[in-house]
Amino acid sequence: MNLLLLIGTPLLTAIAVLLSRNKQQVKWISLAGSVVQLGLAFVLLFAFRQERAENNMAQMLFEQNYKLFSTPNINFHFGVDGISVAMILLTSFVLIAGVLVSWNIEKMTKEFYFLLILLALGAYGFFISLDLFILFFFLEISVIPKYLLIGIWGSGKKEYSANKLALMLMGGSALILVGILGLYFTAGKSFDIMTLSKTSIPGDAQHIIFPLLFTGFGVFTALFPLHTWVPDGHSSAPTAGSMFLAGISMKLGGYGCLRVATYLLPEGAKQYADLIIILSAIAILYGAFATMMQKDLKYINAYSSVSHVGFSLLGIGMLTQTAITGALMQMVSHGLMTALFFAVIGMIYDRTHTRMVNEMGGLMKVMPFITTVFFIVGLCSLGLPGLSGFVAEMTVFMGSWQQDDTFHRIATIAAAMSIVVTAVYILRAIGNTAMGPIKNESYLQLKDANWNEKLAAILLVAGILAIGIAPGWLNDLLRPAAEEIMNKIAGK
Amino acid sequence: MNEFLTLMKSELVVTAIIFLLLFIKIGRGIKNESLLSLIQVLLLVNLISGFFFNKEGSLFGDMFHTSTLIAFQKNILSLGVFLISLLCADWLKRSQHLPEFFLLMLSALLGMFFMISSGNLLIFYLSLELATIPVAAMANFDLEKKRSSEGAMKMILSSAFSSGILLFGISLLYGATGTISFAEIPQQLDSSPLQILAFVLLFTAFAFKLSIVPFHLWTADVYEGSPIAVTAFLSVISKGSVAFIFISTLYKVFQPMHDVWYTLLVVLAIATMVIGNLFALRQQNIKRFLAFSSIAQVGFILVGISSGDTMGLTAVVYFILIYVFSNLAAFGVASVISEHSGKETIDDYKGLYKTNPFLSWILALALFSLAGIPPTAGFFGKLFLLTAGGSKGSYWFITVAALNMVISLYYYLRVVRAVFMDKNENPVESIKTGTSVKLALIICGAGIVLTGLLSWIFDYIQSLS
Repeated sequence: MNLLLLIGTPLLTAIAVLLSRNKQQVKWISLAGSVVQLGLAFVLLFAFRQERAENNMAQMLFEQNYKLFSTPNINFHFGVDGISVAMILLTSFVLIAGVLVSWNIEKMTKEFYFLLILLALGAYGFFISLDLFILFFFLEISVIPKYLLIGIWGSGKKEYSANKLALMLMGGSALILVGILGLYFTAGKSFDIMTLSKTSIPGDAQHIIFPLLFTGFGVFTALFPLHTWVPDGHSSAPTAGSMFLAGISMKLGGYGCLRVATYLLPEGAKQYADLIIILSAIAILYGAFATMMQKDLKYINAYSSVSHVGFSLLGIGMLTQTAITGALMQMVSHGLMTALFFAVIGMIYDRTHTRMVNEMGGLMKVMPFITTVFFIVGLCSLGLPGLSGFVAEMTVFMGSWQQDDTFHRIATIAAAMSIVVTAVYILRAIGNTAMGPIKNESYLQLKDANWNEKLAAILLVAGILAIGIAPGWLNDLLRPAAEEIMNKIAGK
Repeated sequence: MNEFLTLMKSELVVTAIIFLLLFIKIGRGIKNESLLSLIQVLLLVNLISGFFFNKEGSLFGDMFHTSTLIAFQKNILSLGVFLISLLCADWLKRSQHLPEFFLLMLSALLGMFFMISSGNLLIFYLSLELATIPVAAMANFDLEKKRSSEGAMKMILSSAFSSGILLFGISLLYGATGTISFAEIPQQLDSSPLQILAFVLLFTAFAFKLSIVPFHLWTADVYEGSPIAVTAFLSVISKGSVAFIFISTLYKVFQPMHDVWYTLLVVLAIATMVIGNLFALRQQNIKRFLAFSSIAQVGFILVGISSGDTMGLTAVVYFILIYVFSNLAAFGVASVISEHSGKETIDDYKGLYKTNPFLSWILALALFSLAGIPPTAGFFGKLFLLTAGGSKGSYWFITVAALNMVISLYYYLRVVRAVFMDKNENPVESIKTGTSVKLALIICGAGIVLTGLLSWIFDYIQSLS
């Protein structure tokens, strides 16, 4: 399969959106584009499995390499392994759901959809790039759309949040940039990930470059204590914006931490693994406890995202194959789950015009569909077996348990304890909103989900179930890629 | 004779246009608008002719030197002048002194052409003066405005001062090496104290022209006082040309003293970026804002220059090409708004998007390009500068530069936020821009998007240098 299609389609969609004449056209073009994109993602998945079934064990499949800038040696180098395929699937699901839930947006519709698709374009490009410069290019593309989405269509203290997000992410990018240049010069002037992975980089250089890269990508994925943009950014963003931010953008960071920092600089990773574990354990617990204190549904999900993404980083820090597979699963699972969570919150907010848990109640009676989805996503978040959250977290814990010294054990146990806290805040939030008497008489007039909202929710629930009930396919996708990374770390 | 014609072709074309304008001025009787179109066509011809018959060679006993890279640099300057002639159409249409404006601008351009082609210190000094004095007269073009005269006065004083320093440096250098030819100086350099003193004085003169901190104090006042078209010319064309000769002087003439100027450049680059950025944070007037932002941009150019190899040279030329598009787009939008509504502060730009979406997008593109955000060309330009600067392997230098990109993003976003997000009771009214202004803005916008993505442009410059 030609990977350029994955960037070409959103690019064409974005241009078509710009050229379209009215709101209806904009919406349908965006929807059509994202449906094509989802189709392509599935084609990619099957083509990938086909190749693997035919015993094509090359690390990267469907590679393409074009010369871009010959002197600094920058190439348009693309290719996918299992991780990229999973992330591309995730992106396609979130994109289509994001387009659907924004169906009724009135303010500057064209610009909204344009930015949304640009954001997706950045994510697709990021996940298939095998050249650090191009990877960085796509990572940066997504910063400004986020800024504008929050600043123009957001709510609350949106300008503040948008500024904070853009500046923190740019700060992260600055560190990544320095790290990439460091790699470029120490490894003989190459940006190519595959070349770099075969070059041995001196230990003291790794010691400097690894923290730069990991912290830089860490900002994107809410590495404690650089997570502060997450609650503000997520809660101020419009629904589709939050879905993208939490569902995809935070995964860019996680993917970068793994693919760029850990994979290319294994010595550095070993050196700093303990620090990563400590920080992510703190993030998991801190996020969970901070969520307990929140009354606003969006803040609840934002802080719980900090906690959940912590599991990904914990898995990376553990440096075992199972833990890394779990970390990747957690990224996919959390991406779907949190997108759905924000979608549901958006649906509720559109109707009740409040996000405060204590002002709601008895919503089950007036909007059964939305509330049921809310239940499902809540249960997924607290790790109910049969849903994706359980599979992912379980794998992380199993992987972590393989490290059998006291330090790793304590960290694992501390992280596992957060599940109890998660149960508390999720059940309390759902109980207060869905159950009990209706607090506000006017809520009786509210309608249940529209077709577009139903479609979006069903798609994401299907994704969650597909991972929760039959995790084998995702495992098959991710495990060999994780093994490749582990081999490099073990120095084979 | 034939060689004379081909090697000095750019200079001859500009001189011909200047003479033509002189005769038109004497003759009168042509309407402003048709005259303006004629000038625009002539400048376009000048730009296009720059791309043909470029050869390497020297004239007049090495006083004048040209090569394909120098020809390309001249083309960048011609492009900038052409764009300015389009952008200032609305402003100049009503002016009594339209031919004079272009006479002055083209004389300055001629000076710059000679400057980047200069082969010895004397012709360099002469052409630098030719490139400066007309601009001071241009800065005073709004005769009825006091600020304009103030700006012109400041500019003429500061450039006279820097010329004095330059001459002092030149005479010391002549004393220390016994030659004024760029080709012969390198053999005589041995980093003796006298030579270093001479070098520092020369460097100071360059620093004045490029407004490198701490020699930047004249910049903001002059930019604010001058008409916007002149400010654009100063910040883009003047700076660009000085940067070209600066880098070739450092790389060719003072190559043996690389250790001396590397340290100097690192210190000044950091100072320029930081001070430029910090002052830009607090500016309200859009012209002062762009003035400080352009000081910070010069800091980034210094980062690239510090590398001392071809990558640095290529990155700087490439960056200036992008800078022409980005900065002229920003100044273009500012001049359109100032011309039609008289508004020049960032607060006035609030709610601009509601009334003028086209101008807003161009402004946003320009600012993103200046901030170095992809997919605009500024991203590539900045990154190549940093790549060049990183080749000496000092992480902290690059880190400081990269963090300065974050600071600069903050103030660029301030304008974007005013334009797109803030509400305003009485925003700038919907503006009907003239065709040529619109064309110029579209060219700039296209340049901002395409220069980066079309990677062969960079490779082409690389092949020249």
